[in-house]
Amino acid sequence: MVTKIKIDPITRIEGHMAIEAVIDNGVVKDAKSAGTLFRGFEIILQGRDPRDANRLTQRICGVCPTAHATASALCLDDVFGLNGKIPDNGKLIRCLILGSNFLQSHILHFYHLAALDYVDAASTVGDLEPFVPRYEGDYRVSEKANAELVDHYLRALDIRRKCHQMLSIFGGKMPHNVGIVPGGVTEKPTEDKITNFLWRLNEIRDFVDNVYIPDVIAVAKTYSDYFEIGKGCQRLLAYGGFDLPTGELFKTGIISPDLQLEPFAKENITEDVKHSWYADSGSGKNPAQGETKPDTKKKQAYSFLKSPRYSGLVCELGPLARMVSNYVQGDTKAKGLVDSLLSQVGADVNALFSVLGRHGARALEAKLVADAMVDWLTSLKPNEPTIVDSDIPDTGEGAGLTEAPRGAVGHWITIKDKKIDRYQVITPTAWNASPRDDKGRPGAVEQAIIGTKVKDKENPFELVRIVRAFDPCLACSVHLIDFRGNQLGIFKIV
Amino acid sequence: MDTKKYPVVWLQGAGCTGCSISILNAVSPRIQNLLLDEVVPGQQLNLLFHATIMAGQGEPVIKVLKDTEKDRKGGYILVVEGAIPTADGGIYGSIGEKDGKHLTITESVQELGRNALLTIAIGTCATFGGIPAAKPNPTGCKGVKEIFEENKIATTVVNLPGCPLHPDWFTGTVSVILFSGAEALDLDDLARPTLFYGKLIHENCPRRADFDKGKFAQKLGQPGCLYQLGCKGHYTYADCPLRLWNNGVSWCVKAGSPCLGCVEPGFPDDTSPMYEKVTFEELIWSQK
Repeated sequence: MVTKIKIDPITRIEGHMAIEAVIDNGVVKDAKSAGTLFRGFEIILQGRDPRDANRLTQRICGVCPTAHATASALCLDDVFGLNGKIPDNGKLIRCLILGSNFLQSHILHFYHLAALDYVDAASTVGDLEPFVPRYEGDYRVSEKANAELVDHYLRALDIRRKCHQMLSIFGGKMPHNVGIVPGGVTEKPTEDKITNFLWRLNEIRDFVDNVYIPDVIAVAKTYSDYFEIGKGCQRLLAYGGFDLPTGELFKTGIISPDLQLEPFAKENITEDVKHSWYADSGSGKNPAQGETKPDTKKKQAYSFLKSPRYSGLVCELGPLARMVSNYVQGDTKAKGLVDSLLSQVGADVNALFSVLGRHGARALEAKLVADAMVDWLTSLKPNEPTIVDSDIPDTGEGAGLTEAPRGAVGHWITIKDKKIDRYQVITPTAWNASPRDDKGRPGAVEQAIIGTKVKDKENPFELVRIVRAFDPCLACSVHLIDFRGNQLGIFKIV
Repeated sequence: MDTKKYPVVWLQGAGCTGCSISILNAVSPRIQNLLLDEVVPGQQLNLLFHATIMAGQGEPVIKVLKDTEKDRKGGYILVVEGAIPTADGGIYGSIGEKDGKHLTITESVQELGRNALLTIAIGTCATFGGIPAAKPNPTGCKGVKEIFEENKIATTVVNLPGCPLHPDWFTGTVSVILFSGAEALDLDDLARPTLFYGKLIHENCPRRADFDKGKFAQKLGQPGCLYQLGCKGHYTYADCPLRLWNNGVSWCVKAGSPCLGCVEPGFPDDTSPMYEKVTFEELIWSQK
């Protein structure tokens, strides 16, 4: 029997998202992923002072604003001619701000967004909203372990809050830091701030090592079938990120399904729009030249997200992509962490392409970043500059590519008459949750869902566990750059 | 004595979830206390709907919205985060599906707002439209109060702007409501509690002495008053310099950044270019 499951809204993600799955004989035959909110950020940016993009684009997303602050600062550095001129202190503090929010975001994701799919909170706190209503059935953790995980859910709220407190030492406030600007950062590193940061970081590292990673392993052992579920497209993409004086923490690369490294060039990024509410004439263009005209008459369209592709290929972005990219490029720390996790759960490297592989990679990445932050912090030089001065050019083009908690993020700018002429953002969720491309190939999340066995159609745990393992961020991902007042029509995903 | 419970429905419109994340940063009470405990003795919130936190998804959670509106008429608090897209019938923002159709944000805010005890609009998007409503406002975004006025919804709206809002502004407002009742909130003409939005940033700024002495930073990263670099503290009403952010760690000006004026109704159009000076003379002229 063929039935259709529609989950709208998908909750416990950032933003507004819906999923539809066609199920035949208990197996997903077809899936559609769609964004259901559109704000038009890039239209709003047109004509503004380029420096304001650095403040405004953060407001694309309140969960990962520092990633947009970083990408826009890199983009503005590029167009302002500041590449190679950012002081070491400025680079390090940018990375410390970004790293703090990686930790906040990963901890929030596992405990507060994903965990309620595995942990029976209501058995501990009672039938209290917002922990009910929920899907019922497949909660497998033992009573004792469950109570401990609920306790960690609450503790993790404190730890993620402390990540933001740590961030604001250099970022001023959070969400939406003010520290990262083109040219560097506004705040100065002093010895007292460094020590203050260090001891907050130590408390967070202790949590990552002794609570977060062990909890992910415990959940993985209990739900080990989820190493087989949600395989996805198996082609990974990392732009690379954390631009340090000594090079990047995360290594750039495309990883093929047989784990071979392929070179990356940003010119090979294109965005298809055949299944998005935009005119086909804008399809297949690089974001630096991208043009988008709304067209809602297209019958095959079902999402406000476009379909970014690399040389025409579907890619998955995120912690899994970064950890595997570093793994295959010989980063001993990443390799050690991944191998250790796999041996503890008795899985091989191919099992990484799964729901649990994504959670595991995210937790290990939190450790990789947190440990590295100690070195960055102790490399700061008090009383030395954090920022270089800059001027807005009359015209120019720039790009800023980095890594957000959810995967690679890129910003592109064109300046005319000292104002923003065009601004384009491609986020990791735009890749991961994209609709079908011009050749009809489903996006990464869609591919991960298709082929999944759904045990209970009333409580399709499999689908939401797959979707949430990608940590989608929808506010980040719906963009439109060339709106001329055309009607978008009624948005439907059916 | 039984605990009095205030059901809360939290809707997210055209926004970034940053205000929810900011409220997760609340310290005393912490978010755990807001969710599970009596916030003040004998009184507790009961968060029925919040898309980022709630366990459920899909149809059952949309039913929660409908049941609340029907069964708890006049007894629940509506919190709105994010602006309300109104262009083309509100199609740019939907919070879920109801009876095979998109349940638009504007429809939900109006339906739930009409029957709420009180509505709290959090963040500059929900209060005044904010960035989604910035020129050319592609999706016709508006703040909650404007939507209510247009649709003759009489429910009181308390505005707690900020991009994001400070968590204390929310927990403090909730405290007033639970201790003394919503009518005890002293609101200014923009419906903001004067408890938090009563004084200019400039009045309490630690760099005020630099301003008075004429010591101005000329470039970002320099000491001195940030007025020449576009600080909007001289026309922005909020208690950031006294309260500080993230549990007292810092705030924009302390970190060397001009105040962006993010709590003001003109944010971001009237407060940009963000790094360009707006003089007192220009302000006085614009108010004539």
